[in-house]
Amino acid sequence: MKKKTTSTGSKLQKLGVHLGQADYVVVLAGNPNTGKSTVFNAVTGLRQHTGNWPGKTIARAEGGFSYNGKKFRLVDLPGTYSLLSATDDEEVARNFILFGRPDVTVVVIDPMRLERNLNLALQVLQITEKAIVCVNLMDEARAHGLKIDGQGLSHDLGVPVVLAAARQGEGIDQLLAEIDNMAGGRSSCSPHRLNYDIIPSVQESMDELVGALAEAYPGMPHREWVALRLLEGDQQIIEAVANGEIGKLSEDHVATGTISACGN
Amino acid sequence: MEPEKIIKRASELRWKLPQDFHDRWVEMVYADSARIASRNVEQEGATHRLSWERRLDALLTNKWSGMPIMILMLALVLWITIIGANVPSSMLATLLLDHGHPMMKQLAEAAHLPWWLSGVLVDGLYLTVAWVISVMLPPMAIFFPLFTLLEDFGYLPRVAFNLDHLFNRVGAHGKQALTMSMGWGCNAAGVVATRVIDSPRERLIAIITNNFALCNGRWPTQILLATVFLGALAPPALAGFVSAAAVLGIALLGVLLTFLSSWMLSTTVLKGEASTFTLELPPFRPPNLWRTLYTSLIDRTLIVLWRAIVFAAPAGVVLWTICNIPVGDMSLAQWLIGLLDGPGWLIGVNGVILVAYIVAIPANEIVIPTILMLTVMTTGLSGVGEQGAGVMFETSENSALAMLLQAGGWTTLTAVCLMLFSLCHNPCSTTIYTIYKETKSLKWTLVSTFMPIAYGIVICGVVALVWRMFTG
Repeated sequence: MKKKTTSTGSKLQKLGVHLGQADYVVVLAGNPNTGKSTVFNAVTGLRQHTGNWPGKTIARAEGGFSYNGKKFRLVDLPGTYSLLSATDDEEVARNFILFGRPDVTVVVIDPMRLERNLNLALQVLQITEKAIVCVNLMDEARAHGLKIDGQGLSHDLGVPVVLAAARQGEGIDQLLAEIDNMAGGRSSCSPHRLNYDIIPSVQESMDELVGALAEAYPGMPHREWVALRLLEGDQQIIEAVANGEIGKLSEDHVATGTISACGN
Repeated sequence: MEPEKIIKRASELRWKLPQDFHDRWVEMVYADSARIASRNVEQEGATHRLSWERRLDALLTNKWSGMPIMILMLALVLWITIIGANVPSSMLATLLLDHGHPMMKQLAEAAHLPWWLSGVLVDGLYLTVAWVISVMLPPMAIFFPLFTLLEDFGYLPRVAFNLDHLFNRVGAHGKQALTMSMGWGCNAAGVVATRVIDSPRERLIAIITNNFALCNGRWPTQILLATVFLGALAPPALAGFVSAAAVLGIALLGVLLTFLSSWMLSTTVLKGEASTFTLELPPFRPPNLWRTLYTSLIDRTLIVLWRAIVFAAPAGVVLWTICNIPVGDMSLAQWLIGLLDGPGWLIGVNGVILVAYIVAIPANEIVIPTILMLTVMTTGLSGVGEQGAGVMFETSENSALAMLLQAGGWTTLTAVCLMLFSLCHNPCSTTIYTIYKETKSLKWTLVSTFMPIAYGIVICGVVALVWRMFTG
């Protein structure tokens, strides 16, 4: 466990996170206007004000909290609609989750705009196993007469789902418990995988690259996703493959042992 | 396979990808999202909240009603700030200046400090800081929470929506509306906020023009001058209204200059395609009143105030010093004022004001105290303030202030030109430093610094010329 914290830690420090004495690092991802910053404040007890306008989290917010005798560092990522690195924000969020290897990624989603929000959640699930989906703004959803099936969502997404209303503090305890369980490797999850096979010729190319990647970096996770990004010419991923950083992603997982707990 | 070979192979295989591959993949993700969403959400009965939100949005973002409502909201916020800040401001002035200053003087005497040390510390440092607190804290403590309430309610994205097509027409980014409104609080914050604009070209336009958003350090200057000189021209019942209208006029002129210079930049040196962006109008959310008050006090008011104090303290020392260093038979300050009186006259102001601007480069908010102190010194009206010449002081009654400034040769023209010049001059040192940090370019930092001064000289010069032609 110690080893993992340091190896994850060094990567995160490179990304500018002040780890301090933290045992685990948790990141918050989500669309703009899902109340991500409110969740951040509810969990850390900070009163960080961020305005209600798009792109408001300009400087990345960081805070800490303790739970169950462990110290957690919480990082608020910029709000994005996807992780396709079309904008700087999307690239920051994507790199943070993929290369930063946080212990838990919490995806905050808005139940009133579930379809669009799940789009991001599904993309996050392609690059990490250790994710929790937090359906925030449940108070507003109820006012709109919406009923959300948390268990059904959890079943379909393959990760824990917490229904919350961060402004009222509702669901925060449960969220903390789930974060703690996942960081400690006590919860099991098998995230929903996207179907990549679109047409046979693409599938062939993918298979070839996946095979080559498996050979070069045995045990590397998310091979299909990496192969796809290589095919599409994602510069950051190309560099990570070239300098071997992509191979190190697997080391963290072997060291934590959570790969077995989270195994598909 | 070697990593290099994998990459090479990938770029070979890339040619086999169908053209619309990416779009199809994204569509698949959406199809999955739609399927999962429809399985797990249930709508019970009709919703009422949506309908009033739609109606409110239709009103706030309407082609005809959107703009007037926006201007009305700004006017209301300004008016509440002007009316509300008066009483606490004069209370603080009484406490810190009328009572605090003599007390500090006595303390210095009791401690047997040499005259120059007591001068620098009490008459320079303490008075400047006290002045900044009493003039800045009350308007900030009212303006910021009001602004934050509008922000939390979700009004700002609507402002951006309303202004988007205007910014688009001048070749700038719609999100510049947001960074401009941040600039109304603090230009340095506005410059940092331009990070939300992805395109470097449009971001640069937003940075360079942010100074035309009247910042917090300049609101008090505008409010004070409008109240003393322009409000006084109107009957007492309308004075507050006229003052607020004058300040609003200056703020709107700033918006106009933002558009004008954005257009000039985007059609000349910063030419390029306008980029598109998604602007989500978030649902209206009732702001949490207490939390808003708390956070806007901690996050904004105190931080900005602290910055002002940090910059005002050394400026106070400098002021005291130049007023007490002799050059021939006058002080260094008097000599400088004499030197700048001619150029000042051309743009409708005077040497005192220009010297004050040079001394106050670190922070805009200390311009007025500096002007007052220098005016007292040059007019020799040592009896007007309790502290005498060479000391920055506040006259809590506006009429006394008007008398003092009129004795210094001020007219309505001086006030109008100073208000215009306060809108159009170099950004404060913090903002200049922030611009350099954000752009990493000396050239653009210099452009952002000197372009507004050029505007100021031209505008004030033309106003002074026309004014003198009509009034003889």
